Order: sequence, then structure tokens, then C-alpha cells
Amino acid sequence: MEKIIHLIKSFTLWELLKGMAVTWRYMFSRNITIHFPEEKTPQGFRFRGLHAQRRYANGEERCIGCKLCEAVCPALAIKIETEERADGTRRTTLYDIDLVKCIFCGFCEEACPVDAIVETRILEYHGEKRGDLYYTKEMLLAVGDKYEEQIAKDRAADAPYR
Amino acid sequence: MEAQVLYFFQTFWNIFGLWNIVWSYIEPIWPLIWNLIKIVVIIIPLMLGVAYLTYAERKILAYMQVRVGPNRVGYYGLLQPIADGLKLLFKELIVPIKANKFLFAIAPVMVLAPALAAWAVVPFSDGLVLANINAGLLFILSMTSIGVYGVIIAGWSANSKYAFLGAMRSAAQMVSYELPMGFALVCVLMAAQSMNLSEIVYGQQSHLGILGWYVVPLFPMFVVYFISGVAETNRAPFDMAEGESEIVAGFHVEYSGMGFALFFLGEYANMILIAALTSLFFLGGWLNPFDGWGIVGIWTSWIPGIVWLLFKIFFILFLFLWFRATFPRYRYDQLMRLGWKILIPLTLIWVVVVAAWMQTPYWLWSPEPR
Repeated sequence: MEKIIHLIKSFTLWELLKGMAVTWRYMFSRNITIHFPEEKTPQGFRFRGLHAQRRYANGEERCIGCKLCEAVCPALAIKIETEERADGTRRTTLYDIDLVKCIFCGFCEEACPVDAIVETRILEYHGEKRGDLYYTKEMLLAVGDKYEEQIAKDRAADAPYR
Repeated sequence: MEAQVLYFFQTFWNIFGLWNIVWSYIEPIWPLIWNLIKIVVIIIPLMLGVAYLTYAERKILAYMQVRVGPNRVGYYGLLQPIADGLKLLFKELIVPIKANKFLFAIAPVMVLAPALAAWAVVPFSDGLVLANINAGLLFILSMTSIGVYGVIIAGWSANSKYAFLGAMRSAAQMVSYELPMGFALVCVLMAAQSMNLSEIVYGQQSHLGILGWYVVPLFPMFVVYFISGVAETNRAPFDMAEGESEIVAGFHVEYSGMGFALFFLGEYANMILIAALTSLFFLGGWLNPFDGWGIVGIWTSWIPGIVWLLFKIFFILFLFLWFRATFPRYRYDQLMRLGWKILIPLTLIWVVVVAAWMQTPYWLWSPEPR
């Protein structure tokens, strides 16, 4: 009996018609596409986008050149060189992030004891020639200066959970 | 029609008073020019149809997958096919270093040309056909078979193992599905008692409207013909020749730019051809489905036949795209099993059934004498 039902089902293409009914139904359902440049998905305050270096309110850069981020970086994207400054503090002379290598894991941010290196919400950036995505210390600081307000707000929102 | 076109040319050249001189030059080759005009009138809408079929495919697939599809180039992405065409046109033509250059160049043409040549015998409306030949059905069968050579040559000449695998799969598939297709058509020509495509459509004309079409008595053959048609054009779910997820593109892996575009044109032209043939053989071609249905038949009688034919072609093409959106790809042995062990026996049985049926008084679909 089961065999006969199977035979009838396969010769009337029953299962295939059922499948086609599903796609037919879906053709009239609402699209879930986000039309990107016009519409954007909501971002969390922990979004990990373009990197930035922060400064203190008095304009002093936060980074103390401890190289923890360099050590933790799984993609070896960070390169740091340090020296002693005239006032006796240790500062970086070189702080490069190769964004082509970076996997945006956020470990550098986690490792940083002074919240100097952070990842911002910026995701729409690009490079037009080779080397454009190799960010030096000056570029990172510039990003930090530009978006400091947003960065500070996101850090504050995250603070209770740390 | 010919007289009107000639009259148009005559009035045009008479503006300059040159008609007599022009005509003395073109008169000996006028039949050739007239045929060329007819070919252009068929090919250009066909090519546009191919372009917008790719657009329709992407759009319908997108909607069935809850996406939006192309919507950036022009309103609703309507210029997308033109952008694609231009892109392919300007791309570099790469010829593999160990390829057979001549065969490599000729293969795309061998895929596209038969798909276009077969349109010569397709009647678009009552008497509107480029070549009204008696063995039109045989011409169609032979033309669609030639496409296989293009596929094999493309796969072999590229000197690439993926292309060769794809070509072998495709050739075996196309040859296998030619048989059930042929047998399904045997039923049609038994019913119509003619091989002329116009005659086959006239055979479906009756006071019954849609019930007089061969899709009613030959419904299993309609299904078999359509399934074979999908397999013949290497469309999903029978697209393991192309097999995007396993052998990247099958027989045309090594083609780029315009060569690749020609294969695509060929594939879509074949789809439109199969859709047109299915509507001619089974869905009454240019006939009105409500013909002879009282008041509905009279209401719809003003619609020209070519509109009905186009409507039927669109419907079948939509089925093609619907299949692609719904069904996963067949495995190779399943494909062969379906072709040889199910479709061929089924068609053979139905040939006998129809032959016996036609001897009884219950056969209502004999061509009406005209």
C-alpha cells in the first residue's frame, strides 16, 4: 500500500508541486533586504570597526607603549616602537596597524590598560591604492580626535559590564 | 506584407526622386534583402528577449528568495542587462595557452547559431512564419541537437579538466533527453498528422477552445516534453553541466568576455525556443484559449494571435525560473535514471496508448478539415 502511494505521489509530481507552492508563497512575502546606503542596520556600542587612538582631555595621547596589543594581536597586524620622552615617560614613536591583516577581533581593545587603542563604529572606509589601508599613528590619532565624542559615549555605555 | 514594405521604400526614395535608380540596382537581390529583413525582425526582439529574460530571472529568483534583486541601474534595475552586456563586451578575451584556438573560437557560435536558426520555422501567428516548410518538426529536432556539438567542442578545446568534465556530463545529458523529447513529439505528430508547425497548431483549432489543445489528451507528454526541455537546455534542476557549486561553470569555465556572453545568449535563446515550441505543440500556439466559449470567446476574439503566443511563452519561461528557484540539483545518476528508466518507458507506453485511442471514437482531437 505504501509503495502504491509512493508510486502515485512520484508520478503526479506531488512533492515537486508542494515545493513550488512554497516558493510561490515566498514570492509575495515581504523582502527582508536592507537597502544599504539608504538604510542601515542598528549598531551596538560594542561594534568593532575602524581603529582609533585616543587622547586624554588635556591633549596628551593615552598610549603608553606597553605593547600588550601587539602581543595579543592574533593577526600580527600591529607594529610598535617606543622610546623615553624628555619628561621621562615612555611613548610610542611608531604605532602602525595594517588593516589588511586585521581581523577586527577586538583583542587589542581588550588588552589596552589605558583604553588608548579602540575600535570605532566606522565601517565605510576604503583604500584606493596599495598602502592606503596601512594606518600609522598620526592617522589613528586623527580618527580618534574626530570621533572622540562617540567613542567616549560607547566606552561609558560598556563600562558597567567590564 | 512584402508589398507594403516595398511601397514604404518607394515613397522614401521618391522624396529624393531616386527610386528608379535604386530599384534597378536592388531588384536582382531583392528576395535576399527581403529575407534578411525578416531575419532581423525575428532576431532583434529575440536578443532583447534574451537580455530581459536574464533580468526577469534575477528579479524573480530574488523575490522567491525574499531579496530585491538588481535595482541600481535605471528604474527597478531595468538597464541591468545592458550594463552586463557592455561589461562583458569590454572584457579581455582570454584564450588558454594550450587550447585549440580555432575550435575554442568557433564553439560559442556553434551553441548560439542553432538556437537562432530553429526560429526560422516557428510560426508566430496565422501565416506569420519565416520558412513554412513541411518537415518543420524534423528541422527543429536536428537544429536543437547541433547545440550539443558546440558544448562538446567548447569543453574539449579549452584543454581544462573541469571544462571537459562539464562537456561530457552535458553531452550525455542532452543526448539522453533528446529521446523522450522525440517520443513526446511523435505523439504530437500522430495527433496532428503533420510535421508542419503551422499545421500542428491548426490541428488544435476547434470549437472547444483550450480543451481542443493537445495538452489535454497528451498531458503526460506535455510534462515529459517540458522536463526534457529543461534538461536539454541545461537548466536547473538539471544544470550539472554548469554545476556552479561543483565544477564552477562546466564546459565554459575557460571562456571570458564575449565568448562567455555568447554561451549565455545561446542558453537563454534555447530556453525561449523551448518555451515557444512547448506552446506551439501543446498549448495551441497563437490560438485563443476561449475560442468558441460563448460570450468569453467573442470578448477575447479581438486579441491578435501573436499576443496569445507571447503570453504562453512568458508562462513557460516563468515555469523555467520557478523551477530554478525551487529545486535542488539532481545527482548525475538520478538524472540518467529519470531519463532512461522513467521518461522513455513512459513515452513509449503513451505512444501506444495514443495510437490505440486514435482508433476509437473517443478521440476528439482529430484535425478539423479546413
